[in-house]
Amino acid sequence: MVDDRSTTAQAAPAPPARPVLEAPDIARVLTRIAHEIVERAKGADDVVLLGIPTRGVFLARRLADKLAEITGRTTQVGSLDITMYRDDLRLHPPRALARTEIPGDGVDGRLVVLVDDVLFSGRTIRAALDALGDIGRPRAVQLAVLVDRGHRELPIRADYVGKNLPTSLRETVRVLLTEEDGRDSVLLGHSRREPQDRTAAAADQ
Amino acid sequence: MKRHLISAADLTRDDALLVLDTAEEMARVADRPIKKLPTLRGRTVVNLFFEDSTRTRISFEAAAKRLSADVINFSAKGSSVSKGESLKDTALTLEAMGADAVVVRHHASGAPQRLATSGWINASVVNAGDGTHEHPTQALLDAFTMRRHLSGVGRDLAGRRVTIVGDILHSRVARSNVLLLNTLGAEVTLVAPPTLLPIGVEQWPCQVGYDLDAVLAKSDAVMMLRVQRERMNAAFFPTEREYSRRYGLDGGRMAVLPEHAIVMHPGPMNRGMEITAEVADSPRCTAVEQVANGVSTRMAVLYLLLGGSEPALATARAEEPRPEEPRADDARPDDVPTEAARTEESK
Amino acid sequence: MSTILIRGAKVLGGEARDVLIEGETVAAVGTGLAAEGARVVEADGLILLPGLVDLHTHLREPGREDSETVLTGTRAAAAGGYTAVHAMANTFPVADTAGVVEQVWRLGREYGYCDVQPVGAVTVGLEGKKLAELGAMADSAAQVRVFSDDGKCVDDAVIMRRALEYVKAFGGVVAQHAQEPRLTEGAQMNEGTVSGELGLTGWPAVAEESIIARDVLLAAHVGSRVHICHLSTAGSVEIVRWAKSKGWDVTAEVTPHHLLLTDELVRSYNPVYKVNPPLRTEADVLALREALADGTIDCVATDHAPHPHEDKDCEWSAAAMGMVGLETALSVVQHTMVDTGLLDWAGVADRMSARPAAIGRLAGHGRPIAEGEPANLVLLDPAYRGVVNPAGFASRSRNTPYEGRELPGRVTATFLRGHATVMDGKLT
Repeated sequence: MVDDRSTTAQAAPAPPARPVLEAPDIARVLTRIAHEIVERAKGADDVVLLGIPTRGVFLARRLADKLAEITGRTTQVGSLDITMYRDDLRLHPPRALARTEIPGDGVDGRLVVLVDDVLFSGRTIRAALDALGDIGRPRAVQLAVLVDRGHRELPIRADYVGKNLPTSLRETVRVLLTEEDGRDSVLLGHSRREPQDRTAAAADQ
Repeated sequence: MKRHLISAADLTRDDALLVLDTAEEMARVADRPIKKLPTLRGRTVVNLFFEDSTRTRISFEAAAKRLSADVINFSAKGSSVSKGESLKDTALTLEAMGADAVVVRHHASGAPQRLATSGWINASVVNAGDGTHEHPTQALLDAFTMRRHLSGVGRDLAGRRVTIVGDILHSRVARSNVLLLNTLGAEVTLVAPPTLLPIGVEQWPCQVGYDLDAVLAKSDAVMMLRVQRERMNAAFFPTEREYSRRYGLDGGRMAVLPEHAIVMHPGPMNRGMEITAEVADSPRCTAVEQVANGVSTRMAVLYLLLGGSEPALATARAEEPRPEEPRADDARPDDVPTEAARTEESK
Repeated sequence: MSTILIRGAKVLGGEARDVLIEGETVAAVGTGLAAEGARVVEADGLILLPGLVDLHTHLREPGREDSETVLTGTRAAAAGGYTAVHAMANTFPVADTAGVVEQVWRLGREYGYCDVQPVGAVTVGLEGKKLAELGAMADSAAQVRVFSDDGKCVDDAVIMRRALEYVKAFGGVVAQHAQEPRLTEGAQMNEGTVSGELGLTGWPAVAEESIIARDVLLAAHVGSRVHICHLSTAGSVEIVRWAKSKGWDVTAEVTPHHLLLTDELVRSYNPVYKVNPPLRTEADVLALREALADGTIDCVATDHAPHPHEDKDCEWSAAAMGMVGLETALSVVQHTMVDTGLLDWAGVADRMSARPAAIGRLAGHGRPIAEGEPANLVLLDPAYRGVVNPAGFASRSRNTPYEGRELPGRVTATFLRGHATVMDGKLT
């Protein structure tokens, strides 16, 4: 009854996907984003990083480590599952829920940085904002993504972008992370499906 | 998981773990300032209760409301049902009102299965207890409670020893628990006077015994079943006193349990009969916790039954379109973003 | 006087013969028969049996004409190959007086599809308290010989003893519905593994067997005969076998559904499988087949129990008990007994015609197919295979457990005293 959230990304075997970011690139852009967060948040004292499962959570943890290196202090990091807030629930079988883990002090009055791997239609972030609103009232909310591939369907933009990647709707963007996939890479491939299917892809990369 | 939840036997091990894991996430919602999720907005859940059960009814009601479903309570007491309206006519009425799920409690074993398979309605049917047959959400919440105490979140109950004590013959809780606990790998022992064990129980996937004291020291959880007052005059056992002496759980017996073992009761308790006040009020008794877990578990069940696309429901709605809801059957793929967006606007 | 020539039918499943019917009588049986002006029925490959006799039919009239009437019930009987049925007494009013039994008997005569032989109630209002006027019913135009409180058990041992004794005066027989009432309070299905799992109140085999054991002992003690209705368990078979071995005058019937269906079907909670006595286990089914084959069980009786749709279109516990059976009985018997090699067609004629007619002391039915005998006959096609479709039933009710099931055999013609009630597979 639960669809595998990664099937969309894995369903396009041919032609072979082309890497657009490799492990060193990913490490470098995350370091840059961490520095940008420190700069814009004036020291990142009240930052809470909330990763959107699955891969956003790993990215958030990596960012937290980098922030710690930069500031010498631990940064609050957690996860925010948006499944129950999705706008396309009725288009798919029910999905398994992922963990929402809000760090001890909560989000009230703090700067929440949402972290996700790919920004596409913007619907995931819209759902994340709704979910966040039910948890507390942050001072401000910002968004960090590893890849922005364009094709927004909602007025949403990222504050921190690892790489802007112009794509066509026929293309797929797949992020691999060591924690989940055994290696770090961002792959650009071609979908065998018609571009109409983009919602399924956009919903969760 | 199927479209309905009628029997604990409907659940595979993976299904059961999915429900329990989902329930864990649902439980976290209860700790938030806003204890509500938008997930089932626009869906209608009917609580159809042919039998009084305020506890189960409000548990399902709270679960549905926390998921933002519209809830209609339909109680047989004082309604046309008690005036001879059939289950079928009641079902047709609910269908006409646009029920997406019917949570049914009925005094007749098999009534929820009839509802689900007779073709009277298209809604998902959730069995909230039928006669002396099954009560699958009770078994799920019991397993949820046991898992938290005995094995940990995300795990099954492999090797855990659960003893269920009392009126097995008339207990839907026992039937569902035996099936589900077996699916989850637990070792179940039923303990009851022979008069309160059904014929054929030796073929169930569990052990059976008549002596409570013989199994206490080896039990990780002891579940005490309520003994209905009406059984006392039907020669199932001589007297209330003798029953509680042989099968009741008191402080002395509780002391024999292993340190970590818990005492469970589906409620409502007959204090002084199957359980003494000392045990019922002890920290080892999870009766109150079970009630709280009931809401989370039922949220999980409702979400997993109703939270996604549902072709059968979409077909039913084709006759009576409800514009605020995207319909899977006529939404062409390239329409989908628009439809979904419209849903958001109406929020 | 009409003349019918049935050409080339296998009489009792044996060699092909021509059978000439003149008026109400079989005029000749032989080969190469010819008759001037006779209506010829080609029967190549068909089986000719004596018209079937049912010892156990619920026609529901008077009182429940919404489920069946004498007319619809006898049409269903004719369609199933029956030329006589015994109409059970549990009507409204109960058939416990000469007036009611004569009314039912006369209706059967008037419609002319099938002889209706009323069964009289043993006790007034089937209440098990006070003997009904058994003698008056026996002496009435209906000449009642079978008495039964069917639907209820005559559970009072003294009443049962008196009834067994009393009917000796006119060659009657008490047909017992063996069901110990206290052991079956609220019972919904066979008590066993399935009832335990389904949480339905069990109906133990011992509730049937204990009454049968008591009644065969009572019948032996008072020197009367007793007939056991719808025997359903392997244990009951053993008791009847033992009683017969003692030389006691005990007879028994089995229903077609107990020869085929088991309590596993109840797992669907579909009330079409709800029946009294309940569907039992596979071991019981096999024991019943064997007992019917070896003669321990004397006959097949349908317990045709029509119910209106609403009484089955509900939850299990609210549903009525019973199944229609007249139009499927012969097919089920062919499927379970003939096609399995347990019984030949002569055996079927014995178990579905000769024996029930003898038990009911019914003159003119269950006779050999021979010159001078009444022309009560059924012609059937054993090669036919068809799916049961209740929409085509002649019965007013549709509560068959066989809907959608493929069963063999089909009645192509039925003759009641020379008159074709069914011809070419259709009611006339």
